Amino acid sequence: MEPLSSLKPLIAVLVSLGVVPILISSRNANVREAWTFGAAGLKFLIILSMLPTVLEGRELVCTLVEVLPGVALRLRVDALGMLFALVASSLWIITSAYSIGYMRGLDEHSQTRYFCFFALALSATIGAAFSANLFTLYLFYEMLSFATYPLVTHHQDAEARRSGRKYLLYIVGTSIGLVLPAMVISYHLSGTLEFSGQGFLPRSASPILLGVLLFMFLFGFAKAAIIPLHAWLPAAMVAPTPVSALLHAVAVVKVGVFSILRILTGVFGLDLLASLHLGTAVAYVAAFTIIVASLIALTQKEMKRLLAFSTIGQLSYIVLGAALLSPKGLMGGMVHIAMHAFGKITLFFCAGAIFVATGKKYINEMVGIGKRMPVTMTAFFIGALSIIGIPPGGGFLSKWYLVLGALQADQFPLLLVILVSSLLNAAYFIPIVYRAFFVGSRETNFPDTVSEAPIFCVAPLALTALISLALFFYPQPFLDLAQLAVQALLGGTGK
Amino acid sequence: MSEHYPALLVILPLLASFFISAAGWLRPVCCFPLALAALGSSLLVSLGLLGDVISGGPVSYWMGGWPPPWGIYYRVDYLNALVLAVVCAVGFVNLIAARPSVEKDFPEKAGPFYTLYVLFVTGLLGMVATGDAFNLYVLLEIAAITGYALIALGKGRAALSSLHYVFLGTIGACFYLLGVGYLYIITGSLNMEDIARLLPPLYESKVVTVAFAILMVGVWLKMGFFPLHAWLPNAYTYAPSPVSSLVAPLMTKVMVYVMIRMVLTVFTVDFAFLVLRLNEVVVWLAVIAIVMGSLLALAEKDVKRMLTFIVVAEVGYMVGGFWLGNQAGFTGAVLHILNDALMTLCLFLAVGNIVHVNGDSRWESLPGLFRTMPWTMGALVVGALSIIGVPPTCGFFSKWYLLLGAIQGGHYGFLVALLFSSLVSVVLFFRIFEIGFFEPFGASHGSAHGEGGPAIQEAPLGMLVPLWMTALGLILVGLYTGEIVGRVIRHAVPGMML
Repeated sequence: MEPLSSLKPLIAVLVSLGVVPILISSRNANVREAWTFGAAGLKFLIILSMLPTVLEGRELVCTLVEVLPGVALRLRVDALGMLFALVASSLWIITSAYSIGYMRGLDEHSQTRYFCFFALALSATIGAAFSANLFTLYLFYEMLSFATYPLVTHHQDAEARRSGRKYLLYIVGTSIGLVLPAMVISYHLSGTLEFSGQGFLPRSASPILLGVLLFMFLFGFAKAAIIPLHAWLPAAMVAPTPVSALLHAVAVVKVGVFSILRILTGVFGLDLLASLHLGTAVAYVAAFTIIVASLIALTQKEMKRLLAFSTIGQLSYIVLGAALLSPKGLMGGMVHIAMHAFGKITLFFCAGAIFVATGKKYINEMVGIGKRMPVTMTAFFIGALSIIGIPPGGGFLSKWYLVLGALQADQFPLLLVILVSSLLNAAYFIPIVYRAFFVGSRETNFPDTVSEAPIFCVAPLALTALISLALFFYPQPFLDLAQLAVQALLGGTGK
Repeated sequence: MSEHYPALLVILPLLASFFISAAGWLRPVCCFPLALAALGSSLLVSLGLLGDVISGGPVSYWMGGWPPPWGIYYRVDYLNALVLAVVCAVGFVNLIAARPSVEKDFPEKAGPFYTLYVLFVTGLLGMVATGDAFNLYVLLEIAAITGYALIALGKGRAALSSLHYVFLGTIGACFYLLGVGYLYIITGSLNMEDIARLLPPLYESKVVTVAFAILMVGVWLKMGFFPLHAWLPNAYTYAPSPVSSLVAPLMTKVMVYVMIRMVLTVFTVDFAFLVLRLNEVVVWLAVIAIVMGSLLALAEKDVKRMLTFIVVAEVGYMVGGFWLGNQAGFTGAVLHILNDALMTLCLFLAVGNIVHVNGDSRWESLPGLFRTMPWTMGALVVGALSIIGVPPTCGFFSKWYLLLGAIQGGHYGFLVALLFSSLVSVVLFFRIFEIGFFEPFGASHGSAHGEGGPAIQEAPLGMLVPLWMTALGLILVGLYTGEIVGRVIRHAVPGMML
């Protein structure tokens, strides 16, 4: 069907950008937060209003300006972009509430700066989700890199400075050193950068060049944290927890894997990857990351670092799903964007709530915390279920599709990887939950009295935990969108 | 009226400089408004000229009605119409920002300063507009001599640096003149198009080759093409801020234009690329310039001095892009003349603000700047992102064309040098941002809502407005790259490169 020309995608991107001057100029913290909520809500509603159109199978397009011959700054809303934008924009609302509880609970400095750059980062995220071509994607990808730097280094101390350096080195170093030349070479080969269902790279190009390009893209989008370019993510955990939660479990890292999905599906195309056996190569890189990251997670003592390594592993599930090149695998990967987002953000919220309420960061200090913060730890349990992939956690569904996808692709070793990794996930999450609740009164670090974090912290994490559960029973919006996206790629054979 | 634009462009500021000089004796207050009016009208004329060229093609002008090759002949085509607009815009915007510095640092020299300033811009405009090789030399000297004087207005080692510049700049100009002399000996003409018409039968002549070599060395010396850059860092560092932010964006860029003009119009592309086959060598020289400029910048602990080495690296971008000899490389080089002028202006204006408030631009004066000078630092960030090459700032797009040119020309050394320089720029600028953002440690804590701490101490509005005009210009020019390339630069690409 004809794409629909519309300004809505542009407005959805600009809403949070436009609110920045207001945030800077508001003198009263409550007014400032009200504006943040307003922007977040408006952004979500605009994106939601485009959902019916997308579900009908139509795309919305907004072309701004042609910057290079054949390359325009253009936004396009398709099913995959919609899926990601829905996740990111809905979670921004919840994270804004959580940010208030967290930042005020800890009496953090420079909160205006914090909320401004958060809004900027969200603009960039939605922009990346709605990018119609590689140039636009790169633009928003870079914008996101620089917008998150002040968030990562929020504490402005020596450790933040070190982590900030690492962050820039990995993220910007790879995007300039690998993605930029790969993008120019792609343009040189094909004269366009526009994503298309079959990919735009010419089949006549030399296979070696195409292989090199693919890996330049794969590692160049280091936000996807594929080993060995993962080290920035644990380092970035020095950021305030809401930043780790929304950006380093949802927005930033998902922009990385989302970019890789676009590269696999929109730049190369599934047929080309299959004919050159490049899909399998990518799948094994991802499988390696999944297993190694899970093993490293087992050894972590600090809660947020453990979650970071868990994220690294889970991100590669998405890459793996797409690299299987089978319809079910693609669906699993796409749905996992949503499922992992809700599960992991819950876990981060919980880690932050524990820190706000007790000041504890290390796992061995959290023995018996279930008695003190029952709501938080129950939510943690639900989030962990979803990540491990046990029903009724939403994550079960995406893993189900991934397993089916591996079967469809006849990749038995990869199937094994998915299953082993689930066991490893259980091995690092279940002990935490167990030791939070089931300890004798001698071992526990906490008195029996219930004392939760502020309501602005607890309500969001309870909500995301509930959504994680609900997604198991009502996954339709995301499942339908993934289905549509896969259909568009495979020309109607996605059932 | 419109047909006199090429002449008006140069004559308006030339006449104005006499009035400014007089006003400096009689009514010093009038100097600034006069200069502003002169450069403002030049800017309008240059934009009108650009419009004329876009709609009607190149414009020719015979001074005093004398036909070439005897009279002075001005010719404005797609290439120099763009450069003229850039020179006027940079000169105008920087003039606005210069006023507070002049009033603070050398109020008693306001008259000479504005006179020299306007004369300098006049010289540059003439160099760009003229179609006569000797006339170009005269205007080159006008720009150079006023430039020496402007730089010598600075404090401390400025006079010595200026002297160094005088020696090397004079050698450069002499080489240029010598090259033109050789051409005159062998062709008997000084008009560029006339020389180009007479040269082809003489391509095999040693004289032409020597003329080309001498002329190029002279031009490279004047533009600070590594390793002929020795005069540049000190001259630009010790010059007063408003002078640095005038000379650094314009002088090197105009010399790059002169190089392109000499190759395109005088010696012709056929001679430079097919007869001499110098392109491979020069691109490698550019690679060295880019790499060395970037590395030398890393060694500096003064923002302004670091920027001067970035200028050296950027000269390599343009020279290399042009000598790649293909359409994308040419487009990138010409686009970079525009973009780099704006980026350099933005960065030097921001540093000018820091110097205005803090007294100098060494690293010791940077801590806490994001808190005390948020607007200046914000613009510095935009300028830095443009140098790094982050879209949608304009720096990305010229880098894109240069990279594309390197790939199309199969010149992977140039490709790697460009990427290397971008990565080094990230390090260069984030070192500055880190100092401004993190240091002094602990100063930012303790207040929940960003109040308290050192108060904002910004540069005056008269400096912030031009700075932000430039910063926003970087983004706008970036977004309208398609228009600029499609309407102007594409028509300037010589046929052989298509």
